[in-house]
Amino acid sequence: MKCTVCRGEAVIDLRRHNANFCREHFLRFCRDQVAKAIAEHRMFGPDDRVLVAVSGGKDSLALWDLLVELGYRAEGLYIDLGIGSYSEASTATSVAFAESRGLTLHRVDLREEHGYDIPTAAAVTRRVPCSSCGLSKRHLFDEVARTGGFDVVATGHNLDDEAAVLLGNVLHWQTEYLGRQAPVLEERDGFPKKVKPLVRLSERETAAYCVLRGIDYIVEECPMAAGNRHLRYKEALNALEAASPGTKHAFYFEFLDKAADRFRPEARASQEELRPCTSCGAPTTAEVCAFCRLVERVRGAEPVPVEVLGSKGRRRRRRNGAARDGAAAEAGATAAAAGERVRP
Amino acid sequence: MRVVLRNPRRELEVAGPISVTKLLRQLDLNRESVLVVRGDTLVAGDAVLSDDDTVEIRPVISGGAS
Ligand code: SF4
Ligand SMILES: [Zn+2]
Ligand SMILES: [Zn+2]
Repeated sequence: MKCTVCRGEAVIDLRRHNANFCREHFLRFCRDQVAKAIAEHRMFGPDDRVLVAVSGGKDSLALWDLLVELGYRAEGLYIDLGIGSYSEASTATSVAFAESRGLTLHRVDLREEHGYDIPTAAAVTRRVPCSSCGLSKRHLFDEVARTGGFDVVATGHNLDDEAAVLLGNVLHWQTEYLGRQAPVLEERDGFPKKVKPLVRLSERETAAYCVLRGIDYIVEECPMAAGNRHLRYKEALNALEAASPGTKHAFYFEFLDKAADRFRPEARASQEELRPCTSCGAPTTAEVCAFCRLVERVRGAEPVPVEVLGSKGRRRRRRNGAARDGAAAEAGATAAAAGERVRP
Repeated sequence: MRVVLRNPRRELEVAGPISVTKLLRQLDLNRESVLVVRGDTLVAGDAVLSDDDTVEIRPVISGGAS
């Protein structure tokens, strides 16, 4: 297979672009796609200070690397979620990445600074881990952006993420969420501007970027993610993509072009008045913000190790008679059971 | 040929030579969901892997819900 640009040996075929690229031209393709997303959606300019949400996974490290390559002023923020060995490995990977490139990585340790971790929060609130995790991350990114004087928060959401969220919103006709889904969320009443510069790159492309740039990222999945609904949507979209390359891109970008505006009034109508949280000052619709209420509830609770959370879940499912013999059946049942309780 | 799979990590022996596309089909994997890594680079779909190759089939789908 030959590179579409230089006829050299190709290392990757991108059927949705009807193109094959050698290493050099694939890396250039990725930079061009990100530059295009930033320009088209007016995400930020060369003087803006960008705070990159870093997890140690392929998307956030590719994003940070790409922004630096493109000459932007990008610093990272890593939140240690306390999810057992997964968080330990993620921390080490993120720190090593920043150090090897001489980049500034800000760090927040949930356990040290706020007295809880995600497995414990999940056990105490009896909600799926992603619920308190998402809430904590959003709050802390906003806070660090505000106190650190950043102009914008950039997250590593890629085309697959956005298409999967869109599919979920469409399948359940979440019109309010549809009205809010966009690659840019403008600044509002103390919430920083948020952008997704990777929306034009698929997950396979961001992973390939990391491999070809020699970026060591966490390939392991968060143990809390197994089998959630978001993953099933991605698999469904990839089945369509395999049969008809370009489907994901069309689904998402045609939505932005032709349909997103129709749902905006609904999203605006549901926007409630915001005021500062009486405890931390963050904008909120309530007296005390959701983050402060979560901290209040879970701080000081007996720490629940991630393994315990997992085995408890398995016991509960076994009682329900969901698990069958064999590892595969167990994995399938786990996925199904976890999926029902996760909201994307 | 040694084929390394991830999440969880396990290994398979597959007889080569075989093209990347055929290998993925044989393992019932969607080519949109994985990359085939050999050493520090990638191999494209039509590349033929030889019997003494070692490749890693790396999943690229991640599942965070936020
Ligand atoms: S999968 Fe869920 S719990 Fe794990 S890091 Fe992502 S949001 Fe947090
Ligand atoms: Zn080339
Ligand atoms: Zn608060």
